[in-house]
Amino acid sequence: MFSYYVRLALTSIRRTPVLSALMVLALGLGIGAFMTTFTVYYLMSGDPIPHKSDVLYAVQLDNWDPNDDPTESASDVQPQLTYQDGQHLMNAETPAVRQAHMYGSDVVVVPEGDEPPFNENVRATYQTFFQMFDVPFVYGGPWDKRADDDHASVIVIGRKLNDRLFNGENSVGKSLQLNDHFYEISGVIDDWQPTPRFYHVDAGRRFSDSEQIFLPFTRAVDLVLGPNGNTNCWAPMDDSLPVIEAFLKSECVWTQFWAELETPEDAAAYKDYLDNYVRDQKQIGRFQRPLNNFLSNVREWLVVNRVVTNDNRVLVRLSFLFLLVCVLNTVGLLMAKFLGKSGEVAVRRAMGASRRAVFIQNLVEVATIGVAGGVAGIGLAWLGLKGIENLYRGYQHLVHLDPVMLATAVGLAVLSAILAGLYPVWRVSRQAPAGLLKAL
Amino acid sequence: MLKMSKISKLYRTELVETHALRELDLHVDEGEFVAVTGPSGSGKTTFLNIAGLLESATSGLFELDGEDVSQLNDKQRSRIRNEKVGFIFQSFNLIPDLNLADNVDVPLRYRGWPGAERRKAVGDMLDLVGLGSRQNYLPSQLSGGQQQRVAIARALAGKPRFLLADEPTGNLDSEMAGAVMKLLESINQEGTTIVMVTHDPDLAHRADRNIHILDGRASDVMAAISPNVTPLPDREAARV
Repeated sequence: MFSYYVRLALTSIRRTPVLSALMVLALGLGIGAFMTTFTVYYLMSGDPIPHKSDVLYAVQLDNWDPNDDPTESASDVQPQLTYQDGQHLMNAETPAVRQAHMYGSDVVVVPEGDEPPFNENVRATYQTFFQMFDVPFVYGGPWDKRADDDHASVIVIGRKLNDRLFNGENSVGKSLQLNDHFYEISGVIDDWQPTPRFYHVDAGRRFSDSEQIFLPFTRAVDLVLGPNGNTNCWAPMDDSLPVIEAFLKSECVWTQFWAELETPEDAAAYKDYLDNYVRDQKQIGRFQRPLNNFLSNVREWLVVNRVVTNDNRVLVRLSFLFLLVCVLNTVGLLMAKFLGKSGEVAVRRAMGASRRAVFIQNLVEVATIGVAGGVAGIGLAWLGLKGIENLYRGYQHLVHLDPVMLATAVGLAVLSAILAGLYPVWRVSRQAPAGLLKAL
Repeated sequence: MLKMSKISKLYRTELVETHALRELDLHVDEGEFVAVTGPSGSGKTTFLNIAGLLESATSGLFELDGEDVSQLNDKQRSRIRNEKVGFIFQSFNLIPDLNLADNVDVPLRYRGWPGAERRKAVGDMLDLVGLGSRQNYLPSQLSGGQQQRVAIARALAGKPRFLLADEPTGNLDSEMAGAVMKLLESINQEGTTIVMVTHDPDLAHRADRNIHILDGRASDVMAAISPNVTPLPDREAARV
């Protein structure tokens, strides 16, 4: 009977094309607006590394100005570390399985052949980064620990860059010029785009592309590759030292630090280690504020950094209200539509259709309109997301509808249509057929 | 086939109460062709709606095919309507968006017959009414007489034993009306019980028996004048 009902629904929709189009449009607009805001919210608030998000911890040490406002939560502490603190932790024996000290920079890539040089973002880090964040490789692998220790000229590149420079072929062992130096490629990583880009959630870059070049942190510092993210300082640098050395020894925060801690006990022990380190530093005049060190796993880290803002939540709520208004409009349109079907319903009742059969038949029609509204909504949401992409830089990874969102859009549209249709369909199925047989 | 005892129907609004039927007693035997006549507003259509289980009586006893149907729920009434009753309406009441085959198919869908059986029944019925070659036509492409023949095919498709016709020739010219009446008579000859509401005395006289309804009561019973039909004694018992 279901296929029969679907056929009847399509026939009925064709009979009233304008009314049907209005209903599809009303639902489509509501779904489109809601899905646009909800998709952004969903992708912003998604877990970028669900299988490990509870064992990866961002490290915060409160080295800030003692005269600054008191710290109440992790959100009040700088999200980055000084170079010297990061380096200390990196070289220390800690309870962490792995640690990675890192920062973002940029270089000029000089391709062989005719292609002109171009800028590219790089991430200076340690070989632990790749295993820690489960970065997938298509060719080769990360450089080894010795390369970190030796400040070696090795790099890992991304698939996009490999496609561009080496036509997608295995480039492991080949050489690539960055600025004035050549680097040997040790591996090519597959498309890898954690969203949000949790390992470095600088404002404005939290949804940016992952870097296409990774090189040893030690080598990057040797070559004085400056950070391209936020650098915040509260104390003047030591004038007596050369500039670079003064910067590296300053209280400026510009590096990110992550630790992989397998158990809550390890995390507690690591936190103790941080506290003890800061206590030691206090002895030499640093860290003059109260002990405010924080470890935040990935999900906590996104909250600490307010990756999802209140504006996003308000927009989702507003668009949901708009969807409700659209559903209410659809109720009115469905009432008008089903009023015109009274005669047919009466005939079907006379021919033996029960109220239940009439109810289901018309509910299928409403659901069919819902599916069409969902498809229209997906189209409008796509346009909305494209608009966001054009308006706001750095949101390019939030402007796609993944299968979950597509299914949600259609499901929500069908649900909305059924909710809108329940009363009109119930009414038409309850009408006494006797008085309506002359209404066809 | 149909037995109504002291059937009353009262319509209530906030301001008025209208007695459409007042303790109506009526009996139709299996195989009869009964014409129901009466002025407008006399209760003919209400009687027909109750007889076809489209409405419930306010009080009284109603048996259809030996089964008390006075207290059935909607699902049970729908099943009986589908299996035992066929309807023919004055304005044909074909569904305008469905082609002839799909219109005739409507009651069979609710019967739950398999597709092949439904298609055969639809084809047979449309052949019976002489429209077998126009299965894919829409009702709007047919004349009034042809539409009524399709409506008859639809009413007969599920092989009901009881046919209710409400002014089946009311919208037809005399030639088409005659053809439709002939069709109904031949259906009756095959054994289908027919109750037909009509204003036309000529058509009424072609039935086995006439029942006159006035002010909600079956106030008169006339034996049919058809020379081919001998009124049975119990048929004459249908009275107020």
